[in-house]
Amino acid sequence: MSAPNPNYDPVEVSALSAADLAGARAAGADAFAAAGDLDALHDAEIAHLGPRSPVALARREIGALPPQAKADAGRRVNTAFAALKVAHEDRRTTLLAERDDRALAEEAVDVTLPWNRLPRGARHPLTTIAEVVADTFVAMGWEVAEGPEVETEWHNFDALNFLPDHPARTMQDTLFLAPAESGLLLRTHTSPVQIRALLQRGAPTYVICPGRTYRSDELDATHTPVFSQAEGLAVDEGLTLAHLKGTVEAFAKAMFGSSVRTRLRPSFFPFTEPSAEPDLSCWICDGADPNCATCGGEGWVEWGGCGMVHPVVLASCGLDPDRYSGFAFGMGLERTLMAREGFADMRDLVEGDVRVALALEGQG
Amino acid sequence: MRVPLSWLREHADLPAVSAQAVATRLIAAGLEVETVTAVGAGVRGVVVGAVLAVEELTGYRRPVRYCTVEVGNGEQRGIVCGATNVAAGDRVPVALPGAVLPGGVTINARPAYGRLSDGMICSARELGVGEDGSGILVLEPATPVGVDAVALLRLRDDVLDIAVTPDRGYCWSIRGVAREAALAFDVAFSDPAGPAGPPTPLREANGSAYPVAVADRAACDRYLARAVTGLDPVARTPLELQRRILLAGMRPISLAVDVTNYVLLDLGQPLHAFDRARLTGPIEVRRARCGERLRTLDGVDRALDPDDLLITDGSGPIALAGVMGGGPTEVCRSTTDLVIESAHFDPHVVARTARRHKLATEASKRFERGVDDELPAAAATAAVRLLTEVGGTTAAAGVTDVDSRQPRPAIRLALAAPGRVAGRSYSPDTVRRRLADVGCAVAADGDALVVRPPSWRPDLIRAIDLSDEVIRLEGYNTVPTVLPAAPAGRGLSWSQRQRRKLAQSMAGAGYVETPTYPFLSTAMLDALRIPGTDPRHRTVALANPLDDGEPLLRSTLLPGLLVALARNLARGFPDLALFELGPVFLARPDARPDARPDARPDAGPAPRPPAGIRPADAVLAALDAALPEQPLHLAVVLTGLRQPAGWWGPGQPATWADAVEAGRQVGRSFGLELTVRPARQPPWHPGRCAQLVLTGADEAELGYAGELAPRVVEALALPPRTVAMEIDVERLLAVGEQPRSAPRISAYPPATVDVALVVGEDVPVASVEAALRSGGGKVLESVRLFDVYRGTQVGAGRKSLAFGLRLRAADRTLTATEVTAVRDAAIGAAEEATGAVLRGA
Repeated sequence: MSAPNPNYDPVEVSALSAADLAGARAAGADAFAAAGDLDALHDAEIAHLGPRSPVALARREIGALPPQAKADAGRRVNTAFAALKVAHEDRRTTLLAERDDRALAEEAVDVTLPWNRLPRGARHPLTTIAEVVADTFVAMGWEVAEGPEVETEWHNFDALNFLPDHPARTMQDTLFLAPAESGLLLRTHTSPVQIRALLQRGAPTYVICPGRTYRSDELDATHTPVFSQAEGLAVDEGLTLAHLKGTVEAFAKAMFGSSVRTRLRPSFFPFTEPSAEPDLSCWICDGADPNCATCGGEGWVEWGGCGMVHPVVLASCGLDPDRYSGFAFGMGLERTLMAREGFADMRDLVEGDVRVALALEGQG
Repeated sequence: MRVPLSWLREHADLPAVSAQAVATRLIAAGLEVETVTAVGAGVRGVVVGAVLAVEELTGYRRPVRYCTVEVGNGEQRGIVCGATNVAAGDRVPVALPGAVLPGGVTINARPAYGRLSDGMICSARELGVGEDGSGILVLEPATPVGVDAVALLRLRDDVLDIAVTPDRGYCWSIRGVAREAALAFDVAFSDPAGPAGPPTPLREANGSAYPVAVADRAACDRYLARAVTGLDPVARTPLELQRRILLAGMRPISLAVDVTNYVLLDLGQPLHAFDRARLTGPIEVRRARCGERLRTLDGVDRALDPDDLLITDGSGPIALAGVMGGGPTEVCRSTTDLVIESAHFDPHVVARTARRHKLATEASKRFERGVDDELPAAAATAAVRLLTEVGGTTAAAGVTDVDSRQPRPAIRLALAAPGRVAGRSYSPDTVRRRLADVGCAVAADGDALVVRPPSWRPDLIRAIDLSDEVIRLEGYNTVPTVLPAAPAGRGLSWSQRQRRKLAQSMAGAGYVETPTYPFLSTAMLDALRIPGTDPRHRTVALANPLDDGEPLLRSTLLPGLLVALARNLARGFPDLALFELGPVFLARPDARPDARPDARPDAGPAPRPPAGIRPADAVLAALDAALPEQPLHLAVVLTGLRQPAGWWGPGQPATWADAVEAGRQVGRSFGLELTVRPARQPPWHPGRCAQLVLTGADEAELGYAGELAPRVVEALALPPRTVAMEIDVERLLAVGEQPRSAPRISAYPPATVDVALVVGEDVPVASVEAALRSGGGKVLESVRLFDVYRGTQVGAGRKSLAFGLRLRAADRTLTATEVTAVRDAAIGAAEEATGAVLRGA
């Protein structure tokens, strides 16, 4: 604040005239608007808002005014000063934004450039689908059981009620270990895991057993000598064919969608009685398309085998068939995968071509 | 079993529905109808003609005749015919111009031998109803002229091809399938073997047909023989029989053989006809003796096994019982008198003989699956009747029937049992009726039934088998659908979770999972330069490999992966990183202390305890002990660029270091830091091979990683510098879930110090790092190698290793004095352990 003015000079200072103030204000506003960049604006700021600017000089003169004129002059100077401040700030905001835009535009890159510097890996769809199957049953409270791929004939055949000379043994073209009388073989199905699970766990047992299996088939578009199955087994008191149907249906819906229906056709397996083969209603055409690639127009797709565990099997595992009953089911995982993902050729699943695994990453 | 529908309808009063509809019902009843073939579909334009005149056309190399044939309504046509058996007055099938024959052959009027041939006179073969193509088919003289031969000769039929499951032996016959079809449609069944019920006593005197002695009555519990005389040597098999035999998938051969085959197809009873004149003395059924041989009908001279059941006569073996007859007693053109065998043999005995001699015949496959033991009499009678009707024979008096069958025990079935199995209830009436439908004799006994299964169902042994019949015939579709509630489970085991995580981490690191076949050749082990003493030579072999060149099971995952690598390379992918997680197979090692690593004990065969009773724990242990070791391994192979070139710059080739890092990564996914040591191990490059070791309490050598040896790469035609890693995951899983304590996180600032140590070129970095760690003690939080320098400043044969040390205390900020002390202690330890010298010191 200015000191009292003892040397009062009644002469009006020109800079305080309304016209001069308006002129200074207009000149400042013009200068700010004309500033093309922040440096120019800075110069204009010094010229029009700095200590030597007309408005600053005018403010200094207010102290020299008669007391009765001070209030009015002060108000006018302050108004002009504030207006210039606003004009300067507006311009500064605009110029800053322009500078930032320009700088960011200069730094822009092509974000579509590939950055595949890290190699792509993938799980194989067969191992993934085995996990999908396992998880489906684990969610129902079942557990995952496992067994060796080289098995004893006892586990693979005898304990499963395949009689020594029964044609059912030759139904499955078995790869035996040398010497021929070793009593060892490459398991022809995942069913020996049933035996191992029952021997180990007794009843109740609810297990799913995914695994690799072997038969001496030629490799072609629909067969492979090395293939995968998933086998389910439930043994408890009071289990019935109705429970088997319910489980197969839940499994089918988990794998092929909730609209799929199942039916059981009577069949024969030495280790189940009754035995059946599940069919799935075609989830692609539901029988509507006579040329359907999935069901061939039949409306139904075969899906493995199943049945009630044979009393001999239970007894072989030390369980009383009069007290316990159970059911088992098994499906080929290659077939399941081919049906689910639309594979046309089994060989694609076994030759190890990296495109197969990479294409199905994310499946499951 | 191929079943002509017209034949099936003869025994089952089926409604007029399509073949497909019959198939659908049979499928629902458990007969796997694989195909339905419309035989003769589209065949048309064949009529019965009467040959009016035959004009011999001369001047041609082969006989040619021009026949004038009336084809109905007085219409006459001239037809050129090459057959010699055509005569005026014959009734013959004529394909008119525009006719379509089996196989889609179209007949047109065409010029031939200077005449217009206005149609074709057909042979049985051309019509698909017989084998005879040597002449035209001459029909009965009374056949009306002009009628449609397609209908008359039944050129149109449907054939159901049924894959008969091993328990349904009786469905290897028209009779058996007709029984199921009649049940499925709930219509009348007329048994071609005669009415059901107790067998009628033989009217003829027993034992008079031909003398038979059965030495092994367990293997042959019934041997029935009948005899006929006076077979007309020119008698031909009636067309309809030929047609049916053909449609059922067999070939007409001669009347005697065709009749036995016809009865076999119709009833399911294998028959054998011996030329009586060529039999020497009585027939005996016995096991083979050492050194005996038999030339079977297929012309093979076979050495017989003492387990083979034989039909013999005074000359020695004359047939493999239930499998195949012998050449010397075979029916031939001059045969007039026959002895017909209609017997029942033990399924296992026949199965073993058939398998031993690799002879799966129409007879053996039926006997193996169980033939109705009431059939021999009816089948022999049917054959005799047919031979008499069409072959002009006279049935010799008497029947020989050596019958030593044991009565089958009755089965007790609780009335509620089928419902307990199915999960729904069946009324007692339903249970009784369905069992009667199957052919069982059923008697009530309180809440249970006493059931005697029919002779054609040897598979019905237990109560569960009877329950299944009730459930099956009532329909599986009538069983409710109920999801059982399993008790609470424990989820995946630790081992299962670890394996998933491991595979996932490999995929995340850029490896593509590649399961491969586990078959291996010795040549591959040689190509990998694995010495004979290596445990990987402890292979197990297959007795019947898919490929004789690959008889072994893999003892290492590398061969399969390298083959997959080569296949992908050939398909145009030069940069590859593959992994496989799977078992290898190793014969159990010889545990004797002086045994070589590849030696295996002389393991006996695995035990074969009986089924139906839990083996003793010791037997179960012996079963497992007979198995080879099957440890889970993980392997990777890499070639080409590990990181591709791009706009960012050049690529990074896959090197030995990537392979070693893959091994470390496996350890890390188990939370274990593996120790890496230089090693020499085929198939790796001896200077670029690392051993992966688990140190500590569970010390174990887990695997190897590095660059493959140049000779190996060359032998397998792989790109140079292909790298690989293989590690025993089973050992890591065996270490198990380790108790771990949560870290105490210090918030005090770290101190970082860099040190450069000069060591000899042969000193592994890992040793220097380990020494720094041990010297640095608890406050040395991490050690990281950030540079390796070689050059004149450090001298030849030496290298400078630059490490960044990060130090931090749990409870305070370290002082400069403390930091220097720890650094000096770390360096001191490195100096002592590796001879390292502080650079610039």
